Amino acid sequence: MSDQSLKRVDLIFGEYSNVKYKILADTLARTNDAILKDILDSGLRGRGGAGFPTAMKWKYTAETTSEEKYVICNADEGEPGTFKDREILLRVPRKVFSGMAICGKVIGSKKGYMYLRGEYRFMLNDLNRELDIYHEHAKKLGFDFTIEIRLGSGAYICGEESALFESMEGGRGEPRNKPPYPTTSGFMKKPTVINNVETFVNVMMIMRLGPDQYKKLGTTDSRGSKVFSVSGDTPIPGIYELELGMPLDRFVDEFGDGDTKAVQVGGASGFCVPRKKFKDTVIGFEGVPTGGSMMIFNSSRSMYNVLHNYLEFFQEESCGQCTPCRVGCQQLLKGIVAVKKGEKKAAYLDQLMKLSESMKITAKCGLGQSVANSFSSIVNNFKEEMIY
Amino acid sequence: MAECSELIKELANKYGRERSSLLPILQGVVERQNFLSDTCMTDIAKELDLSAAQVFGTATFYSFLDTEPRGKFVIRVCKTITCDMHGKKTIIQTLEDMLKIKVGETTPNKKFTLLETNCLGWCHEGPAMLINEIPFSGLTTEKIHDIISDYITK
Repeated sequence: MSDQSLKRVDLIFGEYSNVKYKILADTLARTNDAILKDILDSGLRGRGGAGFPTAMKWKYTAETTSEEKYVICNADEGEPGTFKDREILLRVPRKVFSGMAICGKVIGSKKGYMYLRGEYRFMLNDLNRELDIYHEHAKKLGFDFTIEIRLGSGAYICGEESALFESMEGGRGEPRNKPPYPTTSGFMKKPTVINNVETFVNVMMIMRLGPDQYKKLGTTDSRGSKVFSVSGDTPIPGIYELELGMPLDRFVDEFGDGDTKAVQVGGASGFCVPRKKFKDTVIGFEGVPTGGSMMIFNSSRSMYNVLHNYLEFFQEESCGQCTPCRVGCQQLLKGIVAVKKGEKKAAYLDQLMKLSESMKITAKCGLGQSVANSFSSIVNNFKEEMIY
Repeated sequence: MAECSELIKELANKYGRERSSLLPILQGVVERQNFLSDTCMTDIAKELDLSAAQVFGTATFYSFLDTEPRGKFVIRVCKTITCDMHGKKTIIQTLEDMLKIKVGETTPNKKFTLLETNCLGWCHEGPAMLINEIPFSGLTTEKIHDIISDYITK
């Protein structure tokens, strides 16, 4: 049975050290090169979903010369089915702030921000109390790096890093053209490291365990453990820390209700995997990547309704700046409704598929580009449900 | 509104008069006055030396920055997939019946506004909603009765 069950890990939510901010204090005594080397050796990739190697991001920013640099923690968790960052911030905020501080040291920044989604404002007072403790300890250590929390106001797109900068600068959350990348021009056009909440906690794990022990978790392409948000048709919804690189069929054995028809991996912007493909699907950067969202659907669910819900979501959350995304989301939604009602022939779905492919190529940011992921994976795998 | 310009000065003194202070100031006004009136937004523009277009542009982008009058308690029910699957419709119906308003409306006594919103991050405990900033999850008809009865007395 041990071979069958998924390996649970308890590192991210593990207890704090007895002495407050001990690992931070120990790490601050090390050289930047040694810290960067540990993160590079660990193979850590960003935990927000895109999976960019963290050490490279930090290295590029460290190498950019500037009077001012910023560290930003992206806590604008908004992907449907994702709630891991809320759990991390509720349970182990100290690890997040410590990770940010270490980043500040490595890149030579004196100022960090956490961009907390407005939906999580209820945590603000507790987080600020922890920040008071952090600032007290940083002062004692003679370490000049302060952290401030900024709130979002209910806009999914602000989780896109350049939209987040725009929002923090007081503008509409409209993504910028890339390049330039944040490592050279981020918040206030200054070199900026922006990482997901969980990525900063992973840095602390590496500092505590060392890269060799950290690397033992996961697979070659997907090192370490990952916090998964499991929801939908499951008897045991919740937060689970698991090794990366697991096959989806084993995940479904453990979390499904015995009647699982499909799993949406990576939220509304991710991929829908039907039952027949569970066996051949690996969860990780080498297979289907995920920021942690795993939504399980059983055979009582209409995949048309699921897709309709996603498209409504995208249509509302599109910033409206570029035409492919603004009009594309509206047309995809109108299109599936028309096919379902019989106002358009089934072949119209092929037209819609082409539209989603153009969005993938032409939309300005990840939102518009990724609508095609769920659209094509649901329409291709559940075509009859779209029509009848 | 004289009261509004006082508040704006207070918030600008606290957060600064930079463009990057705009969002915290807008959030501060919504927190205290439940919404952003046109006068209030033009006053903010003056205080921060921005154009009204810039302030209106930013304010109208964010779903939590209301530019229409709202009640003292704004209820936002999550309508994203897992909450929808787990009975969001019944929750909305119960709230509509209790408050005698439809989604998008405010009670005549200006106490409650009922809205729908996108994923709140409580998918494992859906259906979920926010009342102002306080989250409620694992909602049932009974729970809604208890919560709303409590808020009615507030």
